[in-house]
Amino acid sequence: MNFAELIGLAAGTILLENFIFAKHPSGAFFLKTNENMKTAAGVGLAVTLVMGLSSVISFPAAVFFLTPLHLEYLEPAVSVLAIAALVYPTETLLRKAIPALYTSLGITLPHIAVNCAVLGAAALVCRNGYGFMASAVTSVGAGLGYTLALVLLTGIRGRLAFSDYPKAFEGAPIFLVTAGVLALCFMGVSGLRFW
Amino acid sequence: MKPQAILTSGLASQILIPVQLLGLCSALAASASLQNGAVMGAAVTGVLVLSNLLTSLLGNLVDGRIRLAAYTVVIIGIVSAAGLIIRAYLPALADSPGFFVPLVAVGCLVFFQADALSLKIAPLPSVLDGLATGLAFTLVLCVLSAVREILGTGALWNLPLFGESFQPALLMVTPAGGLLTLGFLIAAIQHIGRRKEP
Repeated sequence: MNFAELIGLAAGTILLENFIFAKHPSGAFFLKTNENMKTAAGVGLAVTLVMGLSSVISFPAAVFFLTPLHLEYLEPAVSVLAIAALVYPTETLLRKAIPALYTSLGITLPHIAVNCAVLGAAALVCRNGYGFMASAVTSVGAGLGYTLALVLLTGIRGRLAFSDYPKAFEGAPIFLVTAGVLALCFMGVSGLRFW
Repeated sequence: MKPQAILTSGLASQILIPVQLLGLCSALAASASLQNGAVMGAAVTGVLVLSNLLTSLLGNLVDGRIRLAAYTVVIIGIVSAAGLIIRAYLPALADSPGFFVPLVAVGCLVFFQADALSLKIAPLPSVLDGLATGLAFTLVLCVLSAVREILGTGALWNLPLFGESFQPALLMVTPAGGLLTLGFLIAAIQHIGRRKEP
């Protein structure tokens, strides 16, 4: 895979096959705890960082350890474990390196861990048969796509506070309907190809 | 609390209060047809019961600092086993992309439950709570997937319901349709709940 193809793959994972809207709405739930767009972006980027690192770890583990031993079915488990193991140092790193950002973003460890576990498993399904670079790009793209979805939904939620919708839709339903309509919008670009 | 009380109160609260959103959203991918939904529900119930039992037993043995890691290993093990069992008996279903993802997500749900519950509660009530949650989850998932399958394909459990002239709404089987259906479903539940209150 050359560089241009990798760029295309990244754009595809972020926009066309956005993991939240096009593939696995699993992640949608986890979007709802954010108050403002800054927090949303912070959580999204932390998730992206962990996703990228974990694919770097779990890919060699799969190629050099699981495949020779015919243990491919353990790949999701290894991927999730790599993510769980990486969330701790990432959190510590963020807290030590940029404490002000860390506290203002309100990033929480379980929040990131769960997001990454779901996204990581989703990315794993999609990157079957890819090379090292391509699978790393898919993972980072999944994280960035998640960030995009998170920021969009958080922004819309802010606007929704001033709108008048039926009382029965308060809380989760209006959020789900919003996510559904956004998913429809993302389906609109699903025919595009970047390469 | 008595076992029955835990079971019934668990069932009632899980259905009426949409705290199950986590699990439900995670299973949207597996709810495009009633068959998928039912299998998913059964798998989740099994995972919940087993992991609640194991984490409850481990609660006293494992030191607090590594509890998170220990639970993660336990839950991943059970979720992997569930994935393998589905792959063995229903290969067509297991090959549909993303079937494993909901299971992992549910594993995370289990993890939060395990953390909140099993530390304080003995194995039996913990198992019953898992059973109640799993059954409530299965019920809602079946309704959700039945609606999606009827509207999206014009069939139920792969049996065509309408004549040839029926135009299926393809939107309903996409993730977007799943999110919309779930939104309206929870809105309906909330509406009924509000009307019952004086």
